[in-house]
Formats: sequence, structure tokens, C-alpha cells
Amino acid sequence: MTWWQRLWRRRKMEEQLEKELRFHLDQHASELIAQGHSPNEAQRQARLALGGPEQVKEKCRDARGTRWLEDLLQDTRYALRTFRQKPGFTAIALLLLALGIGATTVMFAVVNSVLLRPLSYPEPDRLVTLRVFTEQIGELWGFSNLDFGDAKRESLTLALAAWTYGGGTISEPGEAEYVNGRQISAELFSTLGISPVQGRAFRPDEDRPGAAPVAIISYGLWQRDFGGEPSAIGKSLVYDGKPYTVVGIAPVGFQLDGEADVFTPLEPRQNTDPRMQNRRARFLRVLGRLRPGFGLAEGRAELALIARHLAEEYPKSNTGLSMIAYPLQKELVGDVGSTLWLLLYAVGLVLLITCVNVASLLLARAVSRERELAMRVALGAGRSRLARQCLTESAILGLGGGVLGVVLAFVSIHPFVAFWPGSLPRAQEVHLDWRVLVFAVGASLLSGLLFGLAPALRVPVRGVEQMLRAGARSIAGSSRRLHSAFVISEIALAVVLLVSAGMLGHTLLALSSLDPGFNVHDVIAARFALSPATLGNPEQVREAWQDVLDRARRVPGVDSVTLADIIPMREGENSLPYWTTATPPPPNHEPVALASCVSPDYLKVMGIPLRQGRFFNEHDRIGSEPVVVIDENLAQHAFGTKDAVGKRIWIPAMSPSPVLIVGIVGHVRHWGLAGDDQSRVRDQMYYPFAQVPSPLLHFFSSIMSIAARTTIPPLKVVQPLGQQLRGAAGDQVLYEIRTMEQLVSASLARQRFLLLLFGIFAGLALLLACIGIYGVLAYLTGQRVPEFGVRIALGASARDVMRLVLRQSLGMIFAGVGVGILAALAAGRLLMHTVDGMRPTEPSTFAIMIPLLVAAALFASFLPARRASRIDPMSALRQE
Amino acid sequence: MPEKSDLPQGTLDLLILKVVALGAVHGYAIAQRLEQVSRGVVQVPQGSLYPALHRLENRGLLAADWEETESGREAKFYRLTRKGRTQLETEAASWQRLIEAVGLVLKLSEGGAK
Repeated sequence: MTWWQRLWRRRKMEEQLEKELRFHLDQHASELIAQGHSPNEAQRQARLALGGPEQVKEKCRDARGTRWLEDLLQDTRYALRTFRQKPGFTAIALLLLALGIGATTVMFAVVNSVLLRPLSYPEPDRLVTLRVFTEQIGELWGFSNLDFGDAKRESLTLALAAWTYGGGTISEPGEAEYVNGRQISAELFSTLGISPVQGRAFRPDEDRPGAAPVAIISYGLWQRDFGGEPSAIGKSLVYDGKPYTVVGIAPVGFQLDGEADVFTPLEPRQNTDPRMQNRRARFLRVLGRLRPGFGLAEGRAELALIARHLAEEYPKSNTGLSMIAYPLQKELVGDVGSTLWLLLYAVGLVLLITCVNVASLLLARAVSRERELAMRVALGAGRSRLARQCLTESAILGLGGGVLGVVLAFVSIHPFVAFWPGSLPRAQEVHLDWRVLVFAVGASLLSGLLFGLAPALRVPVRGVEQMLRAGARSIAGSSRRLHSAFVISEIALAVVLLVSAGMLGHTLLALSSLDPGFNVHDVIAARFALSPATLGNPEQVREAWQDVLDRARRVPGVDSVTLADIIPMREGENSLPYWTTATPPPPNHEPVALASCVSPDYLKVMGIPLRQGRFFNEHDRIGSEPVVVIDENLAQHAFGTKDAVGKRIWIPAMSPSPVLIVGIVGHVRHWGLAGDDQSRVRDQMYYPFAQVPSPLLHFFSSIMSIAARTTIPPLKVVQPLGQQLRGAAGDQVLYEIRTMEQLVSASLARQRFLLLLFGIFAGLALLLACIGIYGVLAYLTGQRVPEFGVRIALGASARDVMRLVLRQSLGMIFAGVGVGILAALAAGRLLMHTVDGMRPTEPSTFAIMIPLLVAAALFASFLPARRASRIDPMSALRQE
Repeated sequence: MPEKSDLPQGTLDLLILKVVALGAVHGYAIAQRLEQVSRGVVQVPQGSLYPALHRLENRGLLAADWEETESGREAKFYRLTRKGRTQLETEAASWQRLIEAVGLVLKLSEGGAK
């Protein structure tokens, strides 16, 4: 018989076992009768000789070898029956567990998809991203085109490819629409190891100045503008005013750093972009694939060598510049990793509290079942057998909660990802896979084991007799201690989450009240590209921009309008080196300032205070003396005084001769309310758009934004403004439209998001801890009813009894708070490392959060205490 | 009546195999025979007889059938399987060796041990 047959025929085997033993007893008895014993005496002796029939049966069952499985089935049935008998308890336990496991599963799914799962390119671990490092600015993501070209040619260990941002209006086919684009080097697709789903990647000869214009379009654009027809290959696409031939369709969801719809070759940009020939213009993102046989260390060593050669050859631009390679996956994920782990830890704490809660529920039940267990031990059940039964019960509870939790996770994971502030890297890859399921099952079983352990260990071994003899109301001291330990750990965990949430709230408040340096109300900013038709000679371009400003100013509700290449708190920046004496500092050791190219009304639109001198006016134009306005930080750093008007500074990127400082303005928190204090480049300067040299005008025209101060709610002017600026050909569009309020608020999105989640977790923890305290105290006071009865009978007042109960709970609460404070201090350090602008743990946070917790916990203990004080001594004593 | 002694650990299985090897037999008879053959020296713990039988059956050393006894009642009769026979032979041999070795050690005179 195989084991499953044995299992299948269990009932029959039970009958046979019974029959076999009966036969034995009868034989023995009849023999004894033959020897002259009375029938009763004979039966008694036979039974004594065999030993207790039930114990023998148990041992025989053990000998079958399928015992564990039978027991499992039996225990499962038993557990399900008990759960059915106590639907309230079961529902609460399942709900708690589903919440805990569901939340943990969602966080793990995100961590798994974003951090753990390899990139979806072939051999993803051989992909690297390259960065440059200078002592002056630190690490930069950007390469100059010439450095990239040299590195690509010289490297033996790495195949390199590059891309940069682009974008423009697609005027044909379909409605005019502004799309994001990327200019890529021809090798990009082959380096990543992917190929277009239709058509082909770029050929090397197409990635050259003067080559016929070709484009690869995104899968989305293909569906939108070409109806997904394969015949799109070879069709024409008018993009940024130029006709391109479509040669390929990128795979679904392909993205480098954010989505883009049009990919064009990089090198033909030589014609229009002066940065392509400038070694100091570091604007290319570079990635590489390690060639077979080389590792990351070799690649890094070779890059260091190449960088040293370039520094020798081009000391002016490359001195002190090094190149570093990082694994691509780490780079793509960026600093999201720390936030994700932080949330996973936090959610793990909530799950732990849940487990403790369910454990104390189960323990309370186990203690009240002590007599039942003692009875079973007396009837021959082994200790391990009973422990196993307890664990089966809790494992079933855990798995049940796990199944519900996975359902919960399945439903909530996409809303959660959509809720992530900014864009979560690899968000489109987030889903539940087998790893997540394994995690969820593991978490459920582990939780089950965790909360089942305490009741299982309480299975009685010795003193069964006393236990059976004692009334149901007696309670062992160890159980009380265990219960207290549960409450203490729950409170400690809740303290950690509450204090963390409090710290985040405090930080967010402090950051929100910081002065951004400009007036955030009633300002709207949008990127804007001129019609390619107007980009003729420089005079035309200047006139076109003037026209845009004039038209925008006439829109009803618009108070003032300005142009700017960078907008505070929005992505994008331009750092330029400068110096204050005629002799320049050594290359790459110059100080650096954030430079904005703006039109005269910028100060008015943004509401930045003018400290000294003047801002730009219409007399600052090409041909007149080059001027700058600096912020108070730069004045302080460069000249040691706020009184710098009339001095000159050298800004080689703007002009070979020194530039006159005409005004000083207030500092603007360009890097966001939270990030500005930590950023490396905090000095700022402004220079007039009207003085941008003619050769650069074409390039600047592609990066300018419009900002307007309005007299009506700013979003109301978007529509008329767009109408007014469409231009003669109708191909000028506003895009990335944001109010400054939105940008300021987005700069704190991460802090707010963390606060919200921690707030939810902390609230949940507080609630769970209160339920836990209530449950434990209700149970403990329930056990002490006879004692209270005696006390009251002996003259204790209701007050005395209440005080007794509350003292017990206060002891647990304060022990929990003590442990919690220590843990919270450690958690606070972790938070400070993870979140920008995080304030250290302040006493005030504890001062608010801990009384809150103590109050809630006391409230939870009040009900059992009051019930204890109202005990009627007569009925209480009669119970005993 | 001589003093009864407990069975050394693990010998019960060997004794059961030996008794069953003599012919199909039910549990009660095995207990009887063990006690008779050992002239009452070996105390067969009846409580552990049946678990041992079931364990041996489970390991495939014994097979069992329900048959009628002379008195007309159904009883579970155990037989030795081929596997059981081999097991019996090896265990009996090793038991024999053990006894001889223990005997030799016990025969040493106290002076000779020095």
C-alpha cells in the first residue's frame, strides 16, 4: 500500500485496528476464564496486560508513517471548525492579517520590480552608465559630445552609446502636437541589445552631419498617427519643421529616461547646436555595454586612463575631469531605492504589530482552553502533537490572511504606483509575479508561526492534575507576563511609527514655511517653441520672441510676461563657471553659479526682491555692454559683501571680457524647498536674453519657457494664451504648463508622500496597539474577577479596583514607551539619511506623540477597568 | 518462576520476525509464543507489540491477511515477506556475533584483564 492508499482507506484501517485489538483482548480473556478467573476479572486483567487501548491505538497510528498527514488533515478540520464557531474572532484576525500582509506584499512587489528584478535588456548586468566627475561641481551625468566621441573610439572594454534630450512639434501627419524626443547615437539600440519592432535601427552613415534625416518613432506615436500600419516605415514625418523619413518603430514601453516619441540621430545636430563642438558643454547621457571578457573594474580602469589622456590633451576643459562607470540598474533607479526600503521597513513594522495582536488574541484563547488541553494530555495526547495542532491552526489563519492580503495587493498595487510622486522608475514593470507570491506565502506562514508560537509553547506538560482540578479562573503567572510582553512590544512599535510620522510632519511644516525667494502665487510657466519657420536669421528670431511677449501681454488677465531658460524648482539647470579677478583660477577649480537667461520683466513676474542697483531693461541688448544681475549669495561668496553693484566678473561662457554687475537680487530656492540647502551650486546669476550672441540664438530658442503673472487664477489664462501664441502656421504650442504653486508643492512631494504613508501606518499602529491593550486587559481583568470580588467584599472601593487595573496597564504602557523611544531615535537617524531636509528628532515630536499614545492606550484600558470596578462581589465569589 | 527481564532495545522486532517466520500467526499468538519460548524470561510488553507489528508491516517486512481462526473468528494473520526473511537473517547473524563477542568479554578472568 502506498501512503496515499493508506490515507484513503483510513476509516477501514481504523476499523481493522479496533478489531485486531478486540480479538487480542477476547483471546486473552477467554484463556484467563479457562484458568478459572471470573469473566469480569479476566477482562480487567487482559486490559491491564495490553495497556490502555487508546494509547496502543495511538502508537499503532504513529507506526503507519502517514501520521503527520492525517494529523494535518485532522487539525485542519478541527481548526476550521473552531474558526466557524468563533466567526467574530476569525473575521478580526483575518482582517488584521490581510491588511498587514497586503500592505507588505504591495511594498515588496514594488521593491521587487524596481530594485531586484534585472532590467529587461539582454545581459542587463553588463550594461553601465557613465558619468563625469569634477572637483568643482562633483558628479555630473553629462558628457560633452567631443569627450564622448573620443571615449567611444578609444575604449576596448566598453561599447558606448549616447543620447540627449530633444523634442519638437509634429506638424504632419495629424494635428500639430508637441512631443518629447531624444537624439541618439546610431549604436544605442544595439548597445542595449534591442531592435525596433518594425523597420530597423539607425545605420552609422545616418548618424553623420549632412545625412538624410531619418527618425525612429515610439510604438505609441505609431499607433496614434499612423494607425499602427506597417506601411508607416518609409513615410514622412514633419518634426520640428523638418521632414524626416520613418525607418523604425521602437518596442512597446521603450524609454531611456522618461518617455519620448521621436528618436533622431545625434550627429546631424552639429549644424544647429554649437554645444556639439564645445568640450565644456556636458549634455550627453552616455551608457555602455561591457565587451565580452571584460568586467566593470577593467572598464573603470580604462575610463580613468582615457580621461587622463584627454586632460593632458585638452587641459583647458578637461583638467581634473574623470569618468566613472556605474551599473545601469542602480542608475535608473536613483535615490528611489532608499525610499522604497524605508517604506518596506515601515510596513514590516505594521505587519509585526498585527502579528503581535493576533498572537495575543490566540494566546487569550489558548489560556482559556488550558483545561481542554490538559484533558487531552491526560487522555494520551503528546505535547508535540498538541503544539503541532496549535501551529496548524495559526498557519491556517496566516495563510487565510495571506490569500486575502494578496487579493488586496492585486487590487491596490496599480493605484499605489500611480500615486507615487513624480514618476517611479520602471513603473510600467510593476506587477505581481511568482517571487511576490512566494514572498506573500512566506510572510503569511512566518506570521502564522510567529503568532502561533506563544500558544503552542503553553501546552501543559506537568501539573496536568492540578490544572484539571483547579477552577477555570486560575491563571498562570507566565501567561500574564507574556501578555504584558505583547502589549509592551506593540506600544514600542507604535511609538517608532508615530515618532517617525511626527518627524516627517514636523519637517514638512518647517519646509513649507520656508521662503522660496519668490512670490509663488498667480504665476504660470510653460515651455514654448517658436515655429521653425521663424528661425531664419538672428534678427528674425529676436523679433519673433518680442512678438510673442507682446501678444502674451495683451491676453486678458495677464499682468506681466517674461522669457526664461530655466524656471525655479522645475527640472533643468545651467551652471556656469565664473571668477572675479583678471587671472582665471586653474581649470575646473573655478566657482560655479546657476545662470538664468531672462527678459526684463522676470523680476516682476516672479516677485523676486531687488536688493540693490537695477534689473535689466530694453537698453541691455546685443551690442551694448554685457551686464549681469547676481543674487545675494553670489555677492557674499564672490565679494564678501552685499554691495557689489558696479563690480565686474568674468563669465567666459557669456563674454570674453568681464561683465558688469548692475544689480543684486534675493536668493531663490531653485532646487526646491527641501533640496536647496543641500545642493552644491547655490549661487545664482541672471543675464539678459537680448544679449545672447547671435550664433547661440537658434539653440536658445529651443529651450526657452514663458512665465506670466496673472490677475486672475493662472490656469484660466492657459487657453487664451495658447490661442494668442499659436503663430501664423498654427504650429507653436505651450507644453509642460505648471503654476509656480504646483512646482513648489511638487518639490515637497516626496516628503508629503512619505508623511502620508507614515501617517497611515502610524494611525494603523496606534489603532492596533489600542485594540491589543483593550483585548489583553479585558482578558486579564476577566481572569481576576474573583480576586476583585474578594477585594470589594473586604472593603475596596470601585476607585481602588480601577486604580489597580489602570496601574497594571500603565506599567505596560510606560515600559513600551521606554523601549519605543530608544527604537524611535534609531529610526530617526535612518530617516535623516533618506529624506532631504529632514530635521533631527526633536523633543517636541516626542512631547506631542507620546502623550497621544498614552492617552489612547489609557482610553483603551479604561473600559476593562470600569467593568472590573463594577463587579458584584457576591456573584464574583460564587463563580469560584 | 524466574525473574522477568526487560527486552534490550531493538530486539523485539527481531523476535517478532523469528516467530512469524515459523508460519502465519496473529498478534495474540505471537505474544503467547514469545512468552512460552523464552520460558517466561522475556516480558513482552503487549502495549508495544502491536505498534511494532504495524511498523514492520509498514516497512514491508511483514504482510497481513484477515483469516479465520480454529474458533471461527476473524483475526489478522501476519506472514514474513521475502524482504522480511532477508532482514531476519542479517539481524539474527549480527545478534549472534554480538552475543559471542559479549560472551568472550565476560569470560575474561579478572587477572587476565590486567
